Amino acid sequence: MSVDKRIVLDPLVDTNPITLQMLGICSALAVTTSLAASLLMCLALTAVLVASNASISLIRKQIPTNIRIIVQMTIIASLVIVVDQLLRAYAFDLSKRLSVFVGLIITNCIVMGRAEAFAMKNPVIPSMLDGLGNALGYSLVLIVVAVIREFFGTGGLLGYQLLPKVTEGGWYYPNGLMMLAPSAFFIIGLMIWVFRTWKPAQVEKPEYRISHVHRTELS
Amino acid sequence: MDDLFTLFIQVVFVENLALSFFLGMCTFLAVSKKVETAIGLGAAVIVVQALTVPINNMIFQYLLKPDALEWAGITGVNLEFLGLISYIGVSAALVQILEMTLDKFFPALYHALGIFLPLITVNCAILGGTLFVVRRDYDFVQSVVYGVGSGLGWALAIVLLAGLREKLKYSDVPDGLQGLGITFITVGLMSMAFMLFGGIQL
Repeated sequence: MSVDKRIVLDPLVDTNPITLQMLGICSALAVTTSLAASLLMCLALTAVLVASNASISLIRKQIPTNIRIIVQMTIIASLVIVVDQLLRAYAFDLSKRLSVFVGLIITNCIVMGRAEAFAMKNPVIPSMLDGLGNALGYSLVLIVVAVIREFFGTGGLLGYQLLPKVTEGGWYYPNGLMMLAPSAFFIIGLMIWVFRTWKPAQVEKPEYRISHVHRTELS
Repeated sequence: MDDLFTLFIQVVFVENLALSFFLGMCTFLAVSKKVETAIGLGAAVIVVQALTVPINNMIFQYLLKPDALEWAGITGVNLEFLGLISYIGVSAALVQILEMTLDKFFPALYHALGIFLPLITVNCAILGGTLFVVRRDYDFVQSVVYGVGSGLGWALAIVLLAGLREKLKYSDVPDGLQGLGITFITVGLMSMAFMLFGGIQL
């Protein structure tokens, strides 16, 4: 059981898809202006990732290597269509807010990446767990970023006003930058810094070392 | 004509796919270490984007849109739900055809773009561009302008980032920010700079 547990828990921090594997960044940045939209996006991605990993691993021995990308694409695209239609049926307003990004789960590299790297080589159950773990790692980053952006950008969360805004007689000036594109990059950059300070093994080797020269050696 | 020019400027600078819609981020961050490779990938994206966006838009307008099949005498059919799968199929097929054509007729160009072409199939800038055009219901000429413009904007962004990163590697970055971290912050600053274009009145 411990192996299965590792498969689920590792992608949360140790091999996080966004901060370490550099996968699925596009949507992580785009939908995080509101927590509700991010939660829905996480749910959609989790569903697609678990289902695609399961179905690809189920037929992994039948897929010819040459056309495996197309087969994977077709499976993923069909799953995304199902999710997209479901969202339109049951959460129309939110799915409008997510705009094209539900469709873009098809090209979300987490899905393709995990299919290639894990589901093609492993049995069904571990593949599903791997999908779940990676989706959770993705969700973790997404939710943290969304909480920071929505809280400081509007002074509230999920539509509830937590800090009274100046415009409504309170004291909080909403930080407009948080609602705009650059803040997402800064927050993820800083999150990577935190993760890597916590787990120094993830630090990348610099290409050039700057040599430190002592003053005494100069003269 | 003026409208088209406005659309073009808007797509390249104001609605830059990479810096304001975050599309194609994975390749954007992964393949931007050298200016040369960035130019190669950028060129490939321009070509593929300029072809896929108009083709996908035509598929939407003449096959998938509600009542789009009227020209064939079929009414009351809405095939919109087939959109995603056909767009991704088109871009995958197009990339494949492009690869074969270049290999046969322009070997030099093929070797220059070679390894990047397959990568482009899963580049979300391509599918994203298509989805935006379809959502906004552009006509054929507009979709061509949008395709070329958005590809150009993306290429511009990746070449600029590669230029910055080439210099950045000599600087003394805190350990935890090394590599990916500092790249994110650089892109954040770039995207801030691109936001200034938003103030342009056209």
